[in-house]
Amino acid sequence: MTATTQIFRDSEADRRHRAKWWTSRIAIYGVLILWTVICLFPIYWTITTSFKMAPNVMKGNMVPWVDYQPAWLGWRSLGLSPDTIGNESTVRAEFMKRFLNSAVISVTSSALAVALGSLAAYGLSRFNYRFGFMKNADISFFFLSQLILPPVVLALPFLVLYRELALLDTRVGLILLYTLSVLPIVIWIMRDQFGSIPTELEEAALVDGLSIWGAFATIILPIALPGMVAAFILSLVLTWNEYFFAALLTSTYANTLPVMVASQTGSQGISWWSMAALSFAAILPLIVIGVVLEKYIIKGMAAGAVK
Amino acid sequence: MSSEGDLLHVVTNDNIPEGRKRFGRAIIWGTAGLTALVGGLQFLQATGQAEFGFANWRPTLYAFCTWAVALCWGQVLINGEHGKRTLFVLPAAIFVAALTIFPLLFGLIIAFSDWNLSSPTGRQFNGLDNIRQMWTDPFYWNALWNMVLYSLAILVEYAIAFGLALLLNAQIRARKFFRVAFLLPLMLSPVAVSWMIGKSMLEARYGPLSRLARFLGVENPSFFGSPEIARATIMVMDAWTYIPFMMIMILAGLQAIPKELNEAAKVDGANGWRNFWEVTFPLMLPVSITAILIRIIFKLKLADVVINVTSGGPGGATDTVTSFIFREYRERSNVGYGTLLAFVYLVVIVIAMTILMKLADRWMRPRT
Repeated sequence: MTATTQIFRDSEADRRHRAKWWTSRIAIYGVLILWTVICLFPIYWTITTSFKMAPNVMKGNMVPWVDYQPAWLGWRSLGLSPDTIGNESTVRAEFMKRFLNSAVISVTSSALAVALGSLAAYGLSRFNYRFGFMKNADISFFFLSQLILPPVVLALPFLVLYRELALLDTRVGLILLYTLSVLPIVIWIMRDQFGSIPTELEEAALVDGLSIWGAFATIILPIALPGMVAAFILSLVLTWNEYFFAALLTSTYANTLPVMVASQTGSQGISWWSMAALSFAAILPLIVIGVVLEKYIIKGMAAGAVK
Repeated sequence: MSSEGDLLHVVTNDNIPEGRKRFGRAIIWGTAGLTALVGGLQFLQATGQAEFGFANWRPTLYAFCTWAVALCWGQVLINGEHGKRTLFVLPAAIFVAALTIFPLLFGLIIAFSDWNLSSPTGRQFNGLDNIRQMWTDPFYWNALWNMVLYSLAILVEYAIAFGLALLLNAQIRARKFFRVAFLLPLMLSPVAVSWMIGKSMLEARYGPLSRLARFLGVENPSFFGSPEIARATIMVMDAWTYIPFMMIMILAGLQAIPKELNEAAKVDGANGWRNFWEVTFPLMLPVSITAILIRIIFKLKLADVVINVTSGGPGGATDTVTSFIFREYRERSNVGYGTLLAFVYLVVIVIAMTILMKLADRWMRPRT
């Protein structure tokens, strides 16, 4: 008896099944990779373009070191290349100023929104209020309905108001507006978050003699922290990218990064490589946040989707 | 919301002395009076009836802020434990009310006036002139119609997002990598995207996508030449940014579906296609509708890409309402007309969203 004869062999149906399995695998990964390319190619293109010189752009070279020799041209014009980083550079000073403005404005307004929004969401999830005719459901609706309000409705009245209040072109002015615009989203996320925390926790703390604010600060906040981080990151993304209000309400002092990028696209003389460097520098912080804190962003967006 | 009491029961024994209550009321009314006084004085100066030497309206703002703080503090002074509860919601409520209700009321005044910020004549009431002008402004109606078209594109975005979410939910390797990669477009600033894609990748001569189009046999690819193609390009760019948003929401919904349901359907002999249409899709309906509604709300604010890539062209074909008003202000700095357009837009949005939400409500109920 030789071992060559196979005792167990796949039936015809099994083999067909396996073939089907393989084709479905290939199709799934094919689509996944295709979409990954669609998502990542613009970013890749921007990075590589920032190291190109004029002929490389004209010829449409794509792969560094293979197609063309990378040069620091784009980054030099921003004053951020290795040989210019030590020198004085007005473009870099301008860029850093805008960068700082963006950072200060987005972090402050996100923090403010998370603070105000968490408190409100906690209150709404625990107590019954009555402000005049408004009960809890109405108050929640009042907050969330701000989401529908398009920025353009507030833009021109704010322009006039800020002019009268001398808040035009100040960081404070933008911070107030940005806080307002992300507050509904924060409340949306945090309401969901606090709703999932059982009230027995606070009851126990209250029995132990803590005040209601004490229980909130020592018991509830630590539990709700991941949700708050998610809300904060999401607000940060939205406020960092905001362009419309910044373009209308700031001119020289409080300009943010998107306004700087946009003002460069308009001018004809600007070169591709420096524009690519500028765009990439503007999106880099968010790419880092997206890669590192992806978990929180997804958590924030998923909140409220599933009830 | 239940009406029979708080979710969190707190037994309080507040013994608030009468003096403390009186002090609380005093600071609230005192600061309110101060705000009214300062505001009144400034109003007199603004109308030219008296001169107090105010440089701007900041004093009124500061007075208002003291009133807001006094109102919060007074709640605790007057109502004790109940006041502390009110303190959770009150700051946010004051903040939102102050920043929306007053500007909206103020905007109503602006909307019915002829006000060119650069002209020395200042604001002048012109009654219904702005409405008449709007009625005969073909570009505004065109922008409104564009918003309808842009919103319809959401259905395609939804289909793609659903497909991607299904793939991410399948048994795959490197799921985290794909998730991060798919999420990245959402993180990018629309202004940077408009340069990265709109201005450089779609550039007619050297852009990689133009090269691709030429390679595929299109002669003289032009992505912003004809109105239809320009509109479609803007739709695609906006979709590229926001598909991850819908995808994540749908993915969260898919992960919340218990595995047993799909397994049970499989045991009952349903193939993949029927399984999807008769189990997964109906279960996903509420999440889908939430995602689409939120996406519509975001879409209605679309402006950055349009302003930076086409600035509304060719011939207003890609204009959104927001970008149209933006240019209206930038080119003519006519605040009054722009505000009226924005308010009409708001009314249209509120009506449309109310109808949509009612429809969604009715549509969702019998199925779930």
